[in-house]
Amino acid sequence: MIAERPRGALAHLPLLYPAAGLIVFFVIPFGIMLAVSFFRREPGGFYAAEFSLANYANLFTALFGRVLAFSLFISAFCALLCVGAGFPFTYLLTRMPRPRQVVWLVILVSVLSLSAVIVAFAWSIMLSQTAGVSNLFVRLGLLAEPRSWSPGFGALVCGMAYLAFPYTVLVLYPPLARLDPHLPEAARTLGASPLRTFFTVVVGSLRRAIIATFVMVFAFNLGTYLLPQILGRPQHWTLSVLITDEAIYRSNLPLAAAMAVFFMVVSLALVGLAMLGGRGRPGGEA
Amino acid sequence: MPGLYLENIEKRFGGVVAVRDVTLGLPHGRLVCFLGPSGCGKTTLLRLIAGLERPSRGRIYLDDEDITDQPAHRRRFGMVFQSLALFPHLTVEENIAYSLKIRSVAAGERRRRAEELLELVRLPGYGGRGISQLSGGQRQRVAIARALAIEPRLFLLDEPLSALDAKLREEMQLELRLLQQRLGITTILVTHDQREAMTLADWIVVMGTDNRVHQTGTPLEIYRKPADAFVAGFIGTSNLLRGVLGEDGRVAVGGVMLRVETLPAGTVPGGEVTLSVRPEEIPLLPGERPGENHLPGRVTFVRDVGASIEIHLDCGGMPLVSASTPKNRPDLRQGDAATAVLPPSACVVLAA
Repeated sequence: MIAERPRGALAHLPLLYPAAGLIVFFVIPFGIMLAVSFFRREPGGFYAAEFSLANYANLFTALFGRVLAFSLFISAFCALLCVGAGFPFTYLLTRMPRPRQVVWLVILVSVLSLSAVIVAFAWSIMLSQTAGVSNLFVRLGLLAEPRSWSPGFGALVCGMAYLAFPYTVLVLYPPLARLDPHLPEAARTLGASPLRTFFTVVVGSLRRAIIATFVMVFAFNLGTYLLPQILGRPQHWTLSVLITDEAIYRSNLPLAAAMAVFFMVVSLALVGLAMLGGRGRPGGEA
Repeated sequence: MPGLYLENIEKRFGGVVAVRDVTLGLPHGRLVCFLGPSGCGKTTLLRLIAGLERPSRGRIYLDDEDITDQPAHRRRFGMVFQSLALFPHLTVEENIAYSLKIRSVAAGERRRRAEELLELVRLPGYGGRGISQLSGGQRQRVAIARALAIEPRLFLLDEPLSALDAKLREEMQLELRLLQQRLGITTILVTHDQREAMTLADWIVVMGTDNRVHQTGTPLEIYRKPADAFVAGFIGTSNLLRGVLGEDGRVAVGGVMLRVETLPAGTVPGGEVTLSVRPEEIPLLPGERPGENHLPGRVTFVRDVGASIEIHLDCGGMPLVSASTPKNRPDLRQGDAATAVLPPSACVVLAA
């Protein structure tokens, strides 16, 4: 299908709708936040509209640096786990007969309907000393006595990966379902074992989709706010927690805004870097 | 027995039978076509040979070795898929050298072999290109080169030319045939195009919609002596005339006794038989001319497309088509009386 280029003001009218949506829901709020990040804080009050770089200067503390680094690390780590587990899972899913695929997809989508609060508390119970899975391990003789794994790093990783996993699968599903089933078969006839086929052909030909999914899940994880407070210790709190703290409990909106803007810039830079790395030459080496 | 031997092969998918009791022996060095309409199981049969499907029943032997349970990646059968299945993330050279890389052939040797194969398929210097930069015909050649890179014991092609336009397809058919003859490689090609099968094959296996093998033989054998009505109708066009076998071995068709040369086993006098007569074997005479094996009729339609002429007759309620070339075009028009001559050698009695 070849659509004609729109001509004249009237033909461009339909564009107004998405443009307006983008402006009202994204550009204006972000503009306000960006402006506030340069305002001066008024102790005991709100903020004064005076240009100042003090908020950004105040970012350069050890605490902010550490929390920023941890936020990026845990988001990337969980994204890696999700894609690492989700890609083979989704591949096997797309090879199943249609009715069984639907069952799995319904289960995954129903996980999405759970709120983060429920997921967080469920994990904290499952990993607790009194009622958690460690009791099961004791029964099986794998552990000497029940242990508490929550709150802790492992618990946080479990919770975050659990929430992100369905998104990972749903994002990976279309490219994997579109993969020509003859590609792995061709590799088989050329002498590649099933495992070798999976890595050289399935992973290789979908490298871009894998990187794009990683970036999406990474960005999704960056916004984690609730889970670190329930499943993590204070050293596991993410930047979102710190920003909320600053904005709500210390009423320092300008600093919180500066944090958020800085966070976004760093994240976007990382996403850009990942996308760049995923491009490579056309038809390049896997 | 050297070559490929299929013994009572059957394949079911759930309750559906895709291949029904196929027993076939295919000698080395030949080009064999599995020919049949869509859904006849010809592709499934090829996939069974490649090891991409497991037979529900029966065994497959290659040079007396039972390979039924051998996984596809150990068979060393080169296969060209209908979708070609070229790896989109690899260059032309990397595609061709994929099997060599799997077998840990050194990089320099891989490069040399890939270039050699590119020469063979007449694409020298294309190694560095991406797959998306190639035309349909070029992709075809790359897929063939990739399958040949493993020096396959069997070369399998699943409707490899169906995506090409008619002119390119005919060119590639010739090229493929010449390549196969040059390499002397045992080849099985699946197609639904009888013209393609006739062009390429040493040996044709005709499969029907009942998922059985109907006939095997050389292209001309199958064309001249179709085993049954399905083969006669599927390979080229044929006049199928129903008649009754008389005591003297002649066949009564529309009140005329036709002499035939051979009768298949199992036909008995008084029984109903079907005659297959190819249109180009039926000369027409103007007017009504009584004689042996002459059928009188009236011209109902003349299709003259320049290179060939088809004249449709109505012989006492029975339709008949005669084909001729411009050189011996009979002077007949729609509505004229004409006589069809059915030479005994052209009247093939089909098994019931």
